[in-house]
Amino acid sequence: MHVHRYERWWMIFGVGMLIGFLALLAFAAVANSIVPPSGMEQIDPKLVAQTPPFNHPGLRRLSDGSYEAYYIAQVFAFDPPVLTIPQGAKVTFYVTSTDVVHGFFIPGTAVNMMVVPGWVNTQTHVFRRAGEYLLICHEYCGIGHQNMFGKIEVTRR
Amino acid sequence: MTGDLQVRAENRVVIAHIYTSTAAIALGAVFGVFQGFSRAGAVAAPSWFDYYRILTMHGVLMALVFTTFFITGLCLFVTYRAIPRERKLTIGWIGWLVMLVGTAMAAVEILAGNATVLYTFYAPLKASPWFYIGATILVLGTWVVAYEIFENVVYWRKTNPGKPVPLVVFCAAATFVMWIVATLGVVAEMVMLIPWAFGWVPTINVLLTRLFFWYFGHPLVYFWIMGAYIIWYNIIPTRYGGNTFSDGLTRLTFVMLILLSTPVGIHHEFMEPGISSAWKALFTVTTYGVAIPSFITAFAIFASFELAAIKQGRKGFIATVKSLPWSDPAFAGAGYGMLLFILGGFGGLVNASYGMDAVVHNTIWIVGHFHVTVGGPVALTFLGAAYWMIPRLTGRALWKPEWALMQTRLWFIGMLIMSFSMHFAGLLGAPRRTAEVSYQGAAVAQAWHPYMTVAAAGGVFLFLSILMFVAVALGTLLQNRKTEPMEAAFAVSATPPAATPAALQHLFRWGLIAFAFAVIVYAGPIGEIIRHPGYGVAGMRTW
Repeated sequence: MHVHRYERWWMIFGVGMLIGFLALLAFAAVANSIVPPSGMEQIDPKLVAQTPPFNHPGLRRLSDGSYEAYYIAQVFAFDPPVLTIPQGAKVTFYVTSTDVVHGFFIPGTAVNMMVVPGWVNTQTHVFRRAGEYLLICHEYCGIGHQNMFGKIEVTRR
Repeated sequence: MTGDLQVRAENRVVIAHIYTSTAAIALGAVFGVFQGFSRAGAVAAPSWFDYYRILTMHGVLMALVFTTFFITGLCLFVTYRAIPRERKLTIGWIGWLVMLVGTAMAAVEILAGNATVLYTFYAPLKASPWFYIGATILVLGTWVVAYEIFENVVYWRKTNPGKPVPLVVFCAAATFVMWIVATLGVVAEMVMLIPWAFGWVPTINVLLTRLFFWYFGHPLVYFWIMGAYIIWYNIIPTRYGGNTFSDGLTRLTFVMLILLSTPVGIHHEFMEPGISSAWKALFTVTTYGVAIPSFITAFAIFASFELAAIKQGRKGFIATVKSLPWSDPAFAGAGYGMLLFILGGFGGLVNASYGMDAVVHNTIWIVGHFHVTVGGPVALTFLGAAYWMIPRLTGRALWKPEWALMQTRLWFIGMLIMSFSMHFAGLLGAPRRTAEVSYQGAAVAQAWHPYMTVAAAGGVFLFLSILMFVAVALGTLLQNRKTEPMEAAFAVSATPPAATPAALQHLFRWGLIAFAFAVIVYAGPIGEIIRHPGYGVAGMRTW
């Protein structure tokens, strides 16, 4: 089959561009750890409230100075509703749902997870800017979905 | 039946499909414009018909009903016209009827408030089983239409040994080969959902249903795009006296779309637990791969424009653009659609980009993206093609062709306004699928508000545009201004089909290879979920 010379150049350009983009993504993934959240831990959605550490949702400080935040998402609220952390804190979020699929999204950051009942999803973020952050459910979960949000207060250090 | 009666009988089947699709887009637009106002905070949905029911209707009508009925109508039309023969139309009518019954069942459940689960119906949101059954019947109806098209391909091969199937029929059949491979996913999901919705099975594997949904959900997008490509390659060149650039490359494009459209769905699930990041990286690569047939298409379309301009003695970029019939509504629809697709294509690469997707996943950026893809290139090309098809189907001149042209322009402008605002608001963190987004006056949410207002204004343009489309489509039917019977001529390739490699002709074989390829690519994540099935979820009705 005859392929016109210009067309061949164009295809080489197009495929080359895709390979270039993929190389950038691979670099970002390896050098800057920009990878999507892929929590592989499982939890019985009926027993979340009894299962440590979700029986006490909220913030824990680790010995290395970083934090873990355990969240329960259920229609139509997050527990804890408000989280207070110091500026510059490195926080690893662990989130699970007791009922349907929810979202866990902090606008202005790349904290963006799907929360699936039966699974614990996880992502880490460093809060460099002080102030009030919004935490929203960004997957439709029912009639009160628009009321499902929380706050994260980052206090000036 | 004699030739003329035969064509008229075939036209009635196609008219049934195309006007069902018209009804869907008209109704869908009413729900759509309301959502724009609701998101802008200008109105609130009444308690007896909440925002999410409106959103479910809009999504199902536009993404599933309008597009599917248009593509079945279009593909039957091109098949009937390119392979004229004495034929019974029983299968064609059954396909339409089954699709209609399925649509009606699903619609009744949504309207009654028993299936406020949006068009993605994510478990464990538990809708009425009749909603899932209706949606399944709609899909089965499309398989009947696929059978009708394939039967004609087989007939052609039998009666024209050694001759390739006409290009336009090849494209239509390829679209349905891809569709069969893709819809196996949603049927698998329904096999899980229906017994669970009836309560025969207590719990469900949520991750597996979501994976099956997106196994189907992304090739659904390519089903729409292939519908538009059929028009761009085979019909639009006849509007400017041009040719299809290359028979072989067109067939290669459609074969690549059969192969590459399905194993990409997990790029919708990058933020999901339970699927490890290595599989997500693999699906980034496969999703990039499906951009290649679109690159080929971009070249072929512009090359076809340029060859036609040179034939008229015009040279250069501006002269080529000016030589195109921008005041012909059929061309204008496709032409503006192509411009929008350039934006949509690059936005799509962002969404498919692994870690980068975290910035935009489930924000209204995504809504902006699919409005500038399915709502732009696809819908606008379809509306333009309707202006070409309707006179050929009804034997009547278009009612108010100047409205038809104005409609394409309004749509183009409205879509630019709406989708740009959505993209910007999404980058600022505005979520999708949310009734109102004030979050009790939170500062970050206030920054989204101006964009939502502009988006609603764009929505008004789109709504007016649809009103004009419906007026022209119905006006043409109702008025009695008969024209001479019009030929449905399809573009001729600038290169002879004889030069096309025989390997590209074997549609059904490519379908089997595509399914095998999809199974191989999906084996990893599906295997992972099956090895770690975890806890079944009971499901509930949260609306």
